[in-house]
Amino acid sequence: MVSFALPRNSRVKPGKSHKAPAGAKNVKEFHIYRYDPDKKSNPTLDIFEVDLDEIGPMVLDALIKIKDEMDPTLTFRRSCREGICGSCAMCIDGLNTLSCLKPIADIKGPVKIYPLPHLEVVKDLVCDLTHLYAQYNSIQPWMKTTTPMPKKERLQSPEEREKLDGLWECILCFCCATSCPSYWWNSHRYLGPAILLQAARWVQDSRDEALGERIDDLEDPFKLYRCHTILNCTKACPKGLNPAKAIADLKILVMERSI
Amino acid sequence: MAKMQSSLRSAIALGSAKDGVHHWWMERISAIALIPLTLWFVIGVIGVAGADYATFSAWLAKPWNAGLLICFIGAAFLHGKMGMEVIIEDYVEPRSVQMMVKVFVNLMAFSLGIISVVSVLIVAVRG
Repeated sequence: MVSFALPRNSRVKPGKSHKAPAGAKNVKEFHIYRYDPDKKSNPTLDIFEVDLDEIGPMVLDALIKIKDEMDPTLTFRRSCREGICGSCAMCIDGLNTLSCLKPIADIKGPVKIYPLPHLEVVKDLVCDLTHLYAQYNSIQPWMKTTTPMPKKERLQSPEEREKLDGLWECILCFCCATSCPSYWWNSHRYLGPAILLQAARWVQDSRDEALGERIDDLEDPFKLYRCHTILNCTKACPKGLNPAKAIADLKILVMERSI
Repeated sequence: MAKMQSSLRSAIALGSAKDGVHHWWMERISAIALIPLTLWFVIGVIGVAGADYATFSAWLAKPWNAGLLICFIGAAFLHGKMGMEVIIEDYVEPRSVQMMVKVFVNLMAFSLGIISVVSVLIVAVRG
């Protein structure tokens, strides 16, 4: 059966507490999930007190401050710090989002930070994304054509190009996939909202000539139809996209072909 | 078993079943059919509530009533069976147990559906 409780070795225990420096006035608590595979012990929840007057407005600013000055062993991914690389996706205050786009001021009480749910944790806030990348690879995210290459570019009308809006902006942070209960239970077979949105990006591209083949590969009780329109994906997307709508459009295309 | 296969091979696994749209479509068709059928059923049952057996069997003997009741039974069992299948696929593991539970639900839905339809026919025809 689906397991609703964490396995014994994954249960989170109380961890270390790091106090703010004396004289700090605007102190906020950050409760951060810590896991070190080398220690062979359970994960812990460490508490860091950060002076908000010393840092920028976003959760990522606090994480960088903690790593720089309080605990250099804290491990997380980040790169662009402006919501375009998708590296710093994590579960903040109960919602998967990008730490660089999440203002600390939006969170009441202590800021609780966990890794993306239901993925294997490599260390602290870093998850193993291997399977998600392999699933992305499996939908063949590149243009497939049989018409020979034209002299210049492959043309597309403005209306045809508009169909890609809301799809091309995805940065593959996987906030949506890891917020989806259906993906939690069946990630080995279900593609999940992130990958299905990417599949839709190629299915909706007027220049691609492998539409039927792509739909063939998607029509599967598990790959596509595990989506039960729960809409957690749309709620979580830090880029304001609507993966649930992209998936619904895919289902309609499959239906149009067979009925 | 130690796995040395590539991550792409485990993601692709057996590939697409090229099936699923029929199940999805029938779930929706049966759901839409159940809206008017359930309304009719509730109103119909209220109409004969508290009546004696003779009145009820006379009501059921009318072709409209017997026909719609059979449609209601068919749509309800079909929709229930399909919904249960999806829930079982979502939540029941391991796969051997999942298969057994799915077969059980199918047999139950099929046999109870047939029994219900035959019951309606017996009351409608014999009175």
